[in-house]
Amino acid sequence: MSIDTDTAAKVAKLARIRGEDADLPALANEFNAILGFIEQLEEVDVEGVEPMVSVTPMRLSRREAVVTDGDQPAKVLSNAPDAREGFFAVPKVVE
Amino acid sequence: MADLTKLTIAEARDALRKGDVTSVELTEACLSAIDAADALGAFVHKTPELALERAKAADARVAAGDAPDMCGIPVGIKDLFCTQGVASQAASKILEGFKPEYESTVSGQLRDAGAVMLGKLNMDEFAMGSSNETSTYGNAVNPWRAGNSDAALTPGGSSGGSASAVAADLCLAATGTDTGGSIRQPAAFTGIVGLKPTYGRCSRWGIVAFASSLDQAGPMTKTVRDAAIMGQAMMGHDAKDSTSADLPVPDFEAMLTGDIRGKVIGIPKEYRMDGMPDEIETLWADGTAMLKDAGAEIRDISLPHTKYALPAYYVIAPAEASSNLARYDGVRFGYRADLAPGDGITELYEKTRAEGFGAEVKRRVMIGTYVLSAGFYDAYYNRARRVRALIKGDFDKVFDEGVEAILTPATPSAAFELGKDVTDPVEMYLNDVFTVTVNLAGLPGVAVPTGTDRDGLPLGLQLIGRPWEEGELLNTAYALEQAAGFVAKPAQWW
Repeated sequence: MSIDTDTAAKVAKLARIRGEDADLPALANEFNAILGFIEQLEEVDVEGVEPMVSVTPMRLSRREAVVTDGDQPAKVLSNAPDAREGFFAVPKVVE
Repeated sequence: MADLTKLTIAEARDALRKGDVTSVELTEACLSAIDAADALGAFVHKTPELALERAKAADARVAAGDAPDMCGIPVGIKDLFCTQGVASQAASKILEGFKPEYESTVSGQLRDAGAVMLGKLNMDEFAMGSSNETSTYGNAVNPWRAGNSDAALTPGGSSGGSASAVAADLCLAATGTDTGGSIRQPAAFTGIVGLKPTYGRCSRWGIVAFASSLDQAGPMTKTVRDAAIMGQAMMGHDAKDSTSADLPVPDFEAMLTGDIRGKVIGIPKEYRMDGMPDEIETLWADGTAMLKDAGAEIRDISLPHTKYALPAYYVIAPAEASSNLARYDGVRFGYRADLAPGDGITELYEKTRAEGFGAEVKRRVMIGTYVLSAGFYDAYYNRARRVRALIKGDFDKVFDEGVEAILTPATPSAAFELGKDVTDPVEMYLNDVFTVTVNLAGLPGVAVPTGTDRDGLPLGLQLIGRPWEEGELLNTAYALEQAAGFVAKPAQWW
């Protein structure tokens, strides 16, 4: 599997990371080096092996479906780059 | 008392209780050492006022006879831990200005036990790296130098600032985190002890997430005894982390008898790599002989899927990272890019992430995005998770056959020079070849310094234990530490 510059551009778009066109060939090369390394996994016989979900054989614990936290909007917003009137502010999303 | 910064946790604890020293004195000594060590790039956010305030409170607790083991001990906290009101950036530009309103469970447990935070420690950006060169703060530097050379060496990564600070006696101990070797590799590169507990032992709540199924916090200390003391204070069940284990944490220090007679130690043949330096071979053979002399039974074992651990890791870790790092969007916290007229929400995301993430983080987020994308999910991600199950199965098998701990080298080399041109990212990834299996299998692992190379640089061995048996593991590490008698310290040049 070889990554071309179009694929590199598509992945950058999916990851929401803006890339300059000039950087795409180098990015594609790096992808190919890493994916070449990863492709060793094709040698392994994984027939009948379940993909690991949890590394420890413990069940996730359950709790009552109740509110355990909240009512602290000032703290939630305190680190926002732009917060106004109790909301996170972003550029216009809907025309 | 002279050289307060050189004390171990155990020594300082005993001196505090006897009234030979105060936490304020210990803390002031460390703060002076930190101010004189900017060349190491270890402490990136210093918190002297907070430290002295906590030291005074600790002294009051000691005087009142209410002092847990960590009470009054000055420590450094890796920048990955969220600390209330104190910058917590994961060494990334994208978290510039972020001051959490909350405290991570682990650093909170240390704080509540009376430990004194001196400041935040350098690391690779989002813990992605093996040399501390991906940090937005610049490099952390190893206090050790090779022979008479004055070339700057890496302290390893990602917990490079933690390792440098402990090795240079800027603090008595530090927290680290380990996703593929980020506690054990830097510990080995700087001649200190680093423990990665069993997955689930330390709560991940409030620690900036990299790869959630692999991340574990742990102590980085001067001795195995200190790792036992500090590790115990960091561990324990936390309802805020659903993967946190609801198991009692034993008194690890009380388990340090040094008696390992009859213990079965496995030596895995797959860890003998082509091109491994002779010095590492010798170190490993010497360590094996030490454990044998201490009465352990040495057994050759096979972990056949070892070779596939790194490639599996470089699917699983980036996949989880791409998901975890989706939250950095310029909306809720940290950095936001300047927008051009007409830019919308997509430009906000794309520009913020392009400017806020460094090259290695972008690379891994994009690799993760790719392996999880439609059409490749099965071929890459699911296959890697199957291989992960086989890797864990290798360990389960040898443990079932009676092996109680496994001895391996910690790293394939000693610390290397900073600034080495690495054109192939995979070359850097090979640093974790001996440690990454342990994360994939969720096991406890500890790096112990046992020797030096021909240039006088420290080298470490790794012991891998059974799940939840950190106490047994630390006792074996203690026996190895006693036998190796590693006492070398870096000559101060900073």
